[in-house]
Amino acid sequence: MQSIISVSGLTKTYASGLHALKSVDLDIRRGEIFALLGPNGAGKTTLINIICGIVNPTRGFVLADGHDIVRDYRAARSKIGLVPQELSTDMFESVWGTVSFSRGLFGRPPDPAHLEKVLRDLSLWDRRDAKIMTLSGGMKRRVLIAKALAHEPQILFLDEPTAGVDVELRRAMWDMVRSLRQSGVTIILTTHYIEEAEEMADRIGVISKGEIILVEEKTVLMDKLGRKKLTLHLRQPLASIPPELSGTELELSADGHELVYTFDAQGKRTGIAGLLRRLGEHGIDFKDLQTTETSLEEIFVSLVRSRS
Amino acid sequence: MSVAALQVNARAMRVNVHAIRAIYTFELARTWRTLLQSIASPVISTSLYFIVFGAAIGSRMTAIDGVSYGAFIVPGLIMLSILTESISNASFGIYMPRFAGTIYEVLSAPISVLEIVLGYVGAAATKSVILGTIILLTARLFVDFTILHPLWMIAFLILTSVAFSFFGFIVGVWADGWEKLQMVPMLIVTPLTFLGGSFYSINMLPPLWQKIALFNPVVYLISGFRWSFYGVADVNVVVSFGMTLLFLILCAAAVQWIFRTGYRLKA
Repeated sequence: MQSIISVSGLTKTYASGLHALKSVDLDIRRGEIFALLGPNGAGKTTLINIICGIVNPTRGFVLADGHDIVRDYRAARSKIGLVPQELSTDMFESVWGTVSFSRGLFGRPPDPAHLEKVLRDLSLWDRRDAKIMTLSGGMKRRVLIAKALAHEPQILFLDEPTAGVDVELRRAMWDMVRSLRQSGVTIILTTHYIEEAEEMADRIGVISKGEIILVEEKTVLMDKLGRKKLTLHLRQPLASIPPELSGTELELSADGHELVYTFDAQGKRTGIAGLLRRLGEHGIDFKDLQTTETSLEEIFVSLVRSRS
Repeated sequence: MSVAALQVNARAMRVNVHAIRAIYTFELARTWRTLLQSIASPVISTSLYFIVFGAAIGSRMTAIDGVSYGAFIVPGLIMLSILTESISNASFGIYMPRFAGTIYEVLSAPISVLEIVLGYVGAAATKSVILGTIILLTARLFVDFTILHPLWMIAFLILTSVAFSFFGFIVGVWADGWEKLQMVPMLIVTPLTFLGGSFYSINMLPPLWQKIALFNPVVYLISGFRWSFYGVADVNVVVSFGMTLLFLILCAAAVQWIFRTGYRLKA
């Protein structure tokens, strides 16, 4: 598949001396939903801001739909829409006014029909004449999305789109993002919520301390690193794991009531049968058991941790 | 040059008219929302000047260069309002998005420096020209005056409005707090305007102060503007016009520098 965004050797050193990005290479495929995960201060927003033209790169270059973001900024930027992390809005402006402003700013002639559709899709149509300052936080967030979509971008950046948004609205946003993807828009989102990446993304990139440490298909990532846990609730608490059983991926909870066995779900031999047999031989009886899959969050935390 | 390269060039050079219009109308709409503050307050304060200096004190003053005192102060008062309002409008126009964070949108839009400036500075200058015209009409209610060189009057009015809107834009980019935003018009421009001959002719000053006054750029503006009314000036009108133009060019160069380096706009 063809790259719609191509980042090469992108480096950013702020005046303060902070190395926000260290020679980042990244390719975003046309039409995908790409989730950029990383802890606070990892460089997610810096990367987005450089691509969108808000921050100057120190070194390296970026092509957006084939256009260099510095030399050919007009063509590059007109393809891109940005929903920033902060709820930065013109307080005294009306919803309709601010959305019309955005469309004009990005060089598009007025198109009330398109703006109406955008506002309807975001459930803002009824509030189109309301001053932005009178809106709730969730509505302001949607106004920012409407502004970013006003000029019909092909690439949409969502910087922490669901931060501080309630569950219901978050679900609604996910639906909206999916339908945008259906219409051919490429979406790059940054998030803290692993759930969001897990739910939405086609591919996931992990950034930590200014470096992209991993880019992978979500499903491959889940499969590759996905481990399962088997938790046995014991009938009698154990003081310690019998020496014959240690060495395997076995852990005992502090109160001795739970035995946790970690295994590779993709492995040919999970070792569960053997474990249960040996537990029986040692007379360790359990009243219940459950298995859980490792979430992306755990994968992510372990990745970032192993780096630091 | 190949056809493809020419097309690329044409595309790159195409002016984003929609963006200029968006910024310009947005800024003018802001004036409309704050009509009392933008138009009414300068008109009221100018009227007060006319009542105090024109009618009350002016009647006891002798004519300066053959012009009655009430009429003499008209050009100076218009300049006083235009200078302060150009600066405060243009500085507020760009400071507000920086303060509220909405500047991200302007920076990420496919627009050139020239287009951004045309929008912000153009809107501020438009307001100043409108304001100057309103004050001129208001002044007519209080005193009788003539305009000998109306085209030069309009040229000075527009040039000064544009130059000081540029200057205000720079102030708005430079300021990192509301206090600094107020500081430049209050602490620098108002004194310079008062000392720049709004209410007197520079020739009335002692010789030493006449020399010092020539370092005040506002002297040239007011002198030239007053010449367009009454045909008398403290300094040669060509010098006045040249100085106004020079100030405009310096400000434009500073704005160019701001965007090239990203000073206080881009990290």
